[in-house]
Amino acid sequence: MNSKQPLFHITKRADISKKKAITIRLIAILAALIFCGIVTVALTGDNPLSIYASIFKGAFGTARKTWVTFQNMSILLLIALALTPAFKMRFWNIGGEGQVLIGGLAAAASMIYLQDKMSNGFVILVMIFASIFAGALWGLIPAFCKAKWNTNETLSTLMMNYIATQLVAFFTVVWENPKGSGKIGIINQNTHIGWLPDVFNEYLLVILIAVIVTLRMYIYLKFTKQGFELTVVGESEQTAKYVGIDVGKVIMRTMIMSGGICGIVGLLLVGSINHTITTTIAGGQGFTAVMVSWLAKFNPLSMVLTSLLIIFLNRGAGEISTRFGLNQSFSDIITGIILFFLIGCEFFINYKIVLTHKNRESGKEEQA
Amino acid sequence: MKKISKLFSVVLVLAMVLSLCACGNAAAGTTAATQSDKLGETVVKAGFICLHDENSTYDKNFIDAAKATCEALGIEYVIKTGIPEGQECYQTACDLVDEGCNFIFADSFGHEDYIIEAAKKFPEVQFAHATGTKAHTENLSNYHNAFASIYEGRYLAGVVAGLKLQEMIDNGEITADQAKVGYVGAYTYAEVISGYTSFFLGVRSIVPEATMEVTFTGSWYDETAEKEGAQKLIDDGCVLLSQHADSMGAPTACETAGVYDVSYNGSTASACPNTFLVSSKINWSPYFEYCITAISNGEDFATDYIGSIATGSVELTDLGSAVAEGTEEKVAEVKAALESGDLHVFDITTFTVGGEELSTYMADVDTDPAYEGDHEVIVDGFFNESAVAFRSAPYFDVRIDGITLLDEQY
Repeated sequence: MNSKQPLFHITKRADISKKKAITIRLIAILAALIFCGIVTVALTGDNPLSIYASIFKGAFGTARKTWVTFQNMSILLLIALALTPAFKMRFWNIGGEGQVLIGGLAAAASMIYLQDKMSNGFVILVMIFASIFAGALWGLIPAFCKAKWNTNETLSTLMMNYIATQLVAFFTVVWENPKGSGKIGIINQNTHIGWLPDVFNEYLLVILIAVIVTLRMYIYLKFTKQGFELTVVGESEQTAKYVGIDVGKVIMRTMIMSGGICGIVGLLLVGSINHTITTTIAGGQGFTAVMVSWLAKFNPLSMVLTSLLIIFLNRGAGEISTRFGLNQSFSDIITGIILFFLIGCEFFINYKIVLTHKNRESGKEEQA
Repeated sequence: MKKISKLFSVVLVLAMVLSLCACGNAAAGTTAATQSDKLGETVVKAGFICLHDENSTYDKNFIDAAKATCEALGIEYVIKTGIPEGQECYQTACDLVDEGCNFIFADSFGHEDYIIEAAKKFPEVQFAHATGTKAHTENLSNYHNAFASIYEGRYLAGVVAGLKLQEMIDNGEITADQAKVGYVGAYTYAEVISGYTSFFLGVRSIVPEATMEVTFTGSWYDETAEKEGAQKLIDDGCVLLSQHADSMGAPTACETAGVYDVSYNGSTASACPNTFLVSSKINWSPYFEYCITAISNGEDFATDYIGSIATGSVELTDLGSAVAEGTEEKVAEVKAALESGDLHVFDITTFTVGGEELSTYMADVDTDPAYEGDHEVIVDGFFNESAVAFRSAPYFDVRIDGITLLDEQY
C-alpha cells in the first residue's frame, strides 16, 4: 500500500435510494441497541435480553404505560411540528422551550385568575386563546427583529427561552401555596376549572390533537401556497424576492404559526396533563424536538416515527434505571448513545466511504 | 391521504399488538418472602416514590428506612427514584398500583397534589406522603400525611452547636459577640423556618448572646447554590453552620473552610471528618412499619402521624470527633426534659418577635391561597408545633428576633 495515499476517502453521494437510506438508519438503530446492551451489561451484569425486555416494558408494559408513551410522544411531536415550518424556512427557531412555557403560563394564569369569575367553558376558551396568543407573540418577537433588522434568530429565540423561564419562576413565587413553599401545586384541584375535558380517557385528547396537527402540517407544507412560499424563502431569499414574495411577511407569518402551535403545547401541558406550571414543565423537549424534526428531514409523517423512537427509548431507559437500581442519569446516557448513532448515520447517508487501494467505484459502507 | 391513513393504521396496529404481547409478559411470578409475624392476612406490597436518588441526603434517609423496614417485615417493595414533582409523580403512583402495590409513599413536598389525585383514583390503595399539609382537609380515607417533631431534633443539634460555640468562647478563639451561626435554607417555608428557629433556640439555650444569619437557595436540592450560600455565610463571619437543603453542598463548603457544621438527615462524618459535629434526622422506619402492619391487619391508620423522640422517629446521629467536652451528657439531659414535657422548644418566654412576647398566633394550618391564619397555636405558654390536633407538617413561620434573613426572594 502506498503510504502517501490515504486508506480511504470520502465522497458525497449524489443521490441515495430511499430503500438504502432506510436500511442505513435501521442498521444504526440496531447498532445503537447493541451498544446500549453492552453498556448496560457492563454496568449491571444482567443478560442483554432482559435489558431489551425492560426497555420495551418501560414503554409498553401495561395499557397505561402505552397510553402515556403515546401521550408523551404526541407532545414531543407537536413541538417538532411547530418548529418544522420555521426550519424549512431556514429560520433556526430554538425557542420552542420558551414558546411552550409562555403558552403554559398564559393558560395557568387564566385558570388562577378567572376561576371564580366565569364558567368553566369560558375559562377554557380564554385559556386556548391566551396560550396561542402568548406562544405566537414569543415566536413573533424574534421574527419581527429578523425581518426588520436582520438580527440573528438563533440567539434571539434562545434568549426568549430564558425570559420565559424567569417569568414562570417569578409567577411561581406569586402563586405559590402554601406560603414560602416555592410550588404552585395542582391548580383548581377540587373544582377542576380550566381542566381540559377528557376524551375517552385522560390521555387521548393530546394524542388526537397531535394527529390533527400532523396531518394539517403535512398538507400545509406540501400542498399550500404558503407552504411553498416558506420553502422558497428557505432555499434562497433572493429567489423569493425575485418572484415577489414578501420575505419579512413570510418570516413573521410562519413564526406566528410556529409559536402558536408551541402555545397549544403549553396549553395541553398545563390544562390537560400537569394542571400546574413549573419552570421545567417543557423538560427540554423544545430542544429535543429540534432533533426530531431534523432526523425526519422536516417531513411531518416521518416525525411520528422519530418522536416515537425517542420517547420509547427514554421511557425504556427510565425503566432500566429503576429495575437495575441505576441512577436516573443512566437513561440520559442511553438516550445520548442512541441519538449519537442516529445522527452519526446521517453521515453515511450523505457521504460514502471509498477504499482507495481497491480502486473500485463502490466502496464499502461502514456502519458505526 | 390514503397513504397517510395507511401509515397511521400500521403504526397503531403495531402499537396495539406490541402492547398486547407486553401485557402477556408482564404477569411475572411473585415469590412471597417470609413475612414477619407482626403482619396480618393482607399481603402488603409497598411502593416508594423519591424525588432524587441516594446522592441526596434527604432521599437517602427515606430509601434506607424503606429498605430496612420492608426487609425486616419480609414484604415486597419497589423504590422509584428521580420522580419530579409533577404529573410524572401521578403516573409513577399509577404504575406502582399496576405493579400490585397497595401501600404507596411519596417523600417530597411537591408530590402531594399528585398523590392526592392518585388516591382519588385508587380508593382501595393506601397512600402516604411525608411533609404534606392537606390530608386533614382532603377527607380521603386512603390519604395520609406524616412528619416528625424534627424541631426537637434540631433543638438538640442546636445544643451541641451551642456547646461548641461556648468552648470556642472559653478558649478565646472568638468573643461572645462573634458567636454568629449561619444557616442554609431552601425556601422561606414554614418547615424551614421552624427548623432554623428551633436550631437557633437550641444554640441560644447555651450561648445567650448568639445570633444567626439565614440564606435561601430556592431549591430543595442544588449543590452549587448550597455551597455558595454556605461560603457567603462563612465570608460573613459565621463561625458555625447548619442547613436545611438536601445536598452535600454546605457540609463540604464547611469542611474546606474549616468551619464547624451541623448537618441534616444523616451523618456527614465520613466526607467531613474535621468539621462535622452532629446531624439530626427523621428515622422513617417506625412510620413505615406502623403503616404496613396496619394495612396488613386491615386496620385504619392516622390521617396525620407525628413521630417523636419517643417513637424513635427523631434521632441524633453519633457525635463528630470535634464536639465540645460534656456534649453527650448535656444532650441526654435536654433530651430527657423534652421527652418528659418539662421543656418546650418554642416556649414563648425564650424568644421575642419585634421585641415583644408572642402571646397569641393564628397559624395557617389549613392551606389556602390567601395564607390565612386559621388556628390559635399558642397553648399553655408555648407554640404548639406539629400537634395532633392540627397537622403533622410544621406551621411555625414566625420571624423571631436574633435571626437575620439575608435574602427572602424564595
